[in-house]
Amino acid sequence: MIKSLDPRITRANLDADKQIDPLKHLDQFQTYEVFHQKKRGQQHVHVGIVHAPNAEMALLYAKEQYARRGITSNIWVVPSENVTATEYFDDDIFATTGEKTYRDPGTYKVIDRINAYKKRIAKNQN
Amino acid sequence: MDFFNEKHVAAAKELLYKMADDQLIIGHRNSEWTGLGPLLEEDIAFSSMAQDKIGQSEHLYNLLHDLGEADADTVAFTRNAEQFHCCHLVEHPIGEYDFSLMRHFLFDMAEILRFESLVTSTYENLAQIAKKYKGEIKYHTMHANSWIQQLSNGNEESKARMQSALNNTWNLGLGIFEDGPHEEALIESGIFKGEAALKEEWLKNAIPLLVKAGLTIPSESTWNPVLGGRKGHHTEHLQPLLSEMTEVYAIDPSADW
Repeated sequence: MIKSLDPRITRANLDADKQIDPLKHLDQFQTYEVFHQKKRGQQHVHVGIVHAPNAEMALLYAKEQYARRGITSNIWVVPSENVTATEYFDDDIFATTGEKTYRDPGTYKVIDRINAYKKRIAKNQN
Repeated sequence: MDFFNEKHVAAAKELLYKMADDQLIIGHRNSEWTGLGPLLEEDIAFSSMAQDKIGQSEHLYNLLHDLGEADADTVAFTRNAEQFHCCHLVEHPIGEYDFSLMRHFLFDMAEILRFESLVTSTYENLAQIAKKYKGEIKYHTMHANSWIQQLSNGNEESKARMQSALNNTWNLGLGIFEDGPHEEALIESGIFKGEAALKEEWLKNAIPLLVKAGLTIPSESTWNPVLGGRKGHHTEHLQPLLSEMTEVYAIDPSADW
């Protein structure tokens, strides 16, 4: 039996020599992708995964894994198997998008007016 | 709470002590699963809820401090078993996970009803705490109920385990609602609706969920609430738990972390 400084561990009578059988393939809960919404109306943001036997318990776990601190208004869970993704070997489809700064909202003509507005507000506050 | 007379203050203290002691002890018990839980997500969820319980107890001990009792740490860490008012249900060792889950279900079903009813308490500071924490406790009941439904509808072994856990905890659960000496004062002052009323509501809410899970409620002729905890008579399990819980405090009462 495992003896530990932590009395809980000693009490648990854990067999130190016991062989732990590895899980069989797929002999485990499915994974759910977790999306967290901070405030109503904002987008849900992907924060990670949980393992759970069903969606209801996935929500329960998502609450404690990803929303046990800070502000939360809503959580989604989606079975990971329902996610359709691009292939990493196709990532060359994104190869040139980094250069297309003209698609960056920061280069819109209106940005001058936005900056002027921000400056004006800052000045008024001072 | 100056509009209450002395009898009402004594009644409020009795209520706060038993609520806070229940939460502190079940919180400590459930925290014993930390690192040993059946799966990572469950380990974290169960540990968080154990922390919640201890946090709730601190708020109630602070109310007691406002009523003239010693501060929360002193009250929590320096009393002996016979000075505690917790029910026997919360004292028992964690046992196997089926026992801990069933205890969690029976206790939190009572807890949510208690807090929901205290939202309208004439004791405003307590009503505020009830309002603030009833959502937290609602989550605890959702967690407990999901597990009960899940395991009771699982395989033969899980179903048999849940049934035997229910058989072993039922009378302990009934012991939550042990009358105190101030029941009448609590009711007449509007501080709390009383243990008898709470018990009726608990039976009305908990039984259908257990039945839905396919479990058999022990026959009513065998119902025999395990009493004594509210009066300071405890199982042999409480004092060792307290000694372990207060070990650090006993070495250095000023320790802070």
